[in-house]
Amino acid sequence: MSSTTSHHEGKARATARKSGRKKGPATAARGTRGGLPAPGHHLSLLRRMLAIRRFEERCVELYSGAKIRGFVHLCIGEEAVAVGVNQALRETDAVVSTYREHGHALARGVPADAVMAEMYGRATGCSRGRGGSMHLFDAARRFYGGNAIVAGGLPLAAGLALADRMRGSTRVTCCFFGDGAFAEGEFHETANLAALWQLPLLLVCENNLYAMGTSLAREHAQTNLAMRAASYGMPAWTVDGMDVLAVEAAALRATESVRAGNGPHFLEAQTYRFRAHSMYDPDRYRAKSEIEEWKGRDPLKGLAELMSSEGQLDDRVMEELDKEVLAEIDEAVRGAEEAPLEPVSDLLRFVTSEPGSTA
Amino acid sequence: MSTLKAPTGTSRPTTYREALREGLREALLQDERVFLMGEDVGRYGGCFGVSLGLLEEFGPDRIRDTPLSESGFVGAGIGAALGGMRPVVEIMTVNFSLLALDQILNNAATLLHMSGGQLSVPVVIRMTTGAGRQLGAQHSHSLEGWYAHIPGIRVLAPATVDDARHMLAAALADPDPVLIFEHGGLYNAEGSLDETVDAVDLDTAAVRRSGTDVAVITYGGSLPKALAAAETLAGEGISAEVVDLRTLRPLDDATLMACIARTHRAVIVDEAWRSGSLAAEISSRITEQAFYELDAPVQRVCSAEVPIPYARQLEEAALPQPATIVDAVRRTVS
Ligand SMILES: Cc1ncc(C[n+]2csc(CCOP(=O)(O)OP(=O)(O)O)c2C)c(N)n1
Repeated sequence: MSSTTSHHEGKARATARKSGRKKGPATAARGTRGGLPAPGHHLSLLRRMLAIRRFEERCVELYSGAKIRGFVHLCIGEEAVAVGVNQALRETDAVVSTYREHGHALARGVPADAVMAEMYGRATGCSRGRGGSMHLFDAARRFYGGNAIVAGGLPLAAGLALADRMRGSTRVTCCFFGDGAFAEGEFHETANLAALWQLPLLLVCENNLYAMGTSLAREHAQTNLAMRAASYGMPAWTVDGMDVLAVEAAALRATESVRAGNGPHFLEAQTYRFRAHSMYDPDRYRAKSEIEEWKGRDPLKGLAELMSSEGQLDDRVMEELDKEVLAEIDEAVRGAEEAPLEPVSDLLRFVTSEPGSTA
Repeated sequence: MSTLKAPTGTSRPTTYREALREGLREALLQDERVFLMGEDVGRYGGCFGVSLGLLEEFGPDRIRDTPLSESGFVGAGIGAALGGMRPVVEIMTVNFSLLALDQILNNAATLLHMSGGQLSVPVVIRMTTGAGRQLGAQHSHSLEGWYAHIPGIRVLAPATVDDARHMLAAALADPDPVLIFEHGGLYNAEGSLDETVDAVDLDTAAVRRSGTDVAVITYGGSLPKALAAAETLAGEGISAEVVDLRTLRPLDDATLMACIARTHRAVIVDEAWRSGSLAAEISSRITEQAFYELDAPVQRVCSAEVPIPYARQLEEAALPQPATIVDAVRRTVS
């Protein structure tokens, strides 16, 4: 896989890094000074990525202890995409996600307790125990799941964007999906519709090189995804998905352009999952050396190193950060353990709307 | 095609197609969140002419032509409903809806439950169903029973001009997804629209003709055939009650069982295939709930278990016809 890796390493990382630092106005709004982001901003990105990492590591333990069940797909290694993209979104924007969405949900601000309680199938879960790991929802935060049909969320996202477009709103809808989803008709139907109707849609393809066990080259006749997306007539960029600053910068640039009425944009984040596809997957299709190589580009480590070299981070701060994050997760687990079960007598609720709901 | 007389008051002649169009027009006028979207609904005027003229009146934003992307635009309708709009999505025929089945089943019908009650999906999806126009298998199937299998959606089948005129408004008032199946053979059917009616009740089946000897239970495009059969039977001294289901999900058990309690016999007419059909479901419910009321086994008149053929005589032979309904009734009353 060295050719793929070097393709990843290539100019995307260089240009993305450049735009990440130099893009004055975009990052300035987020607290940069003289081209250099203020310490607080970097630290907050690191904290969010760490919160996702530790949350998912806890999920592994809980899964092994049979506390949580079902299909659980972790995004360890891909945190920079969730955090970087969400950084560019506003509260009023919408997010549509997949079954690998813990990171997206947490980065969107869905409380860790509500996500953890959902994994436990509890009444306090963000989907009242009816969704589980693959179906997290939070209507108040405009987080629309949580879709376990590969590519199934794409048309929905176009529809959310259409609703905004028809009402003249400048809100953005952001849709996350994988390289596997890119092969589905629904991606292409959505890209065509969105470009045809100039919908305010940001399509974020998390290219982690695999659809379950099928590598990019074995699933796509043409592996240059951005080029294919661009063929629909939308701006399409590739970014180093292991570099949160690069992702943030690219996402800011894309969302600004979407908001300005330039129709849909496509962002390919080249990333990698450090763990198997799901908790069931023995991961026999990837070379150990490939995984290790990518682990060398851990997005958390990358940002931490940058911060250390700029004197923004030392071991003590890092330890503090970790303690804080772990305490939050402990709290979420404790909350979930103690939370009531959704009563079986409520089994048939929410199949249709309850009296009093209005159309 | 037989015509249906309005029960009371002032009435005016109209076609099923015009009645549907009036319903759409009213919806578009009353709520600016409503828009119509589908293949050829705009410039072309709808492939069955239902939306003819609406583009001129409401413009291309609200009468929105889509590319041939059933999954894409049905999913976009669901997303737009989540986003606060009231989309009416037209799919040319139920045969093509299978390309959007994932969106209908896995998203529209499922999101409310999966989200623990947070995300309701007020989308309305209209499509044509049924055979009888020599269009061959891929344009002639009746798959509404498959959709009626799915919890989380409401399935409607207007069979009269009054229902065609008013069901859309009721569907739009429902906070959940509603599928409306329009039988292709009915668009040209004429009826008299009852002008005293301004709303329909989606929860109850309608007794379209009362009778005492047998309940003929049907819906959609088979209703005129059932009424024609009842007319013939009346000439033989057999009094058939004809029940129009109107709503295929949820089924109105109460009205059905009341009919069985009156007539003690049932014939179900359903243009879908017999195996695993809605007719099978209704028959089963009658056995579960009204077994001791029955004086004869429940009969079913369904389509032959073949892909619907093109040749006229074959197609006719494949579908329920007034004569086959009459035969089935005779068997139950003899
Ligand atoms: C329509 C559909 N087909 C197959 C599957 C089974 N499946 C679940 S995840 C997956 C791989 C998807 O890969 P990708 O889109 O790249 O996302 P990733 O898992 O890498 O994040 C497959 C085949 C599914 N859930 N839905």
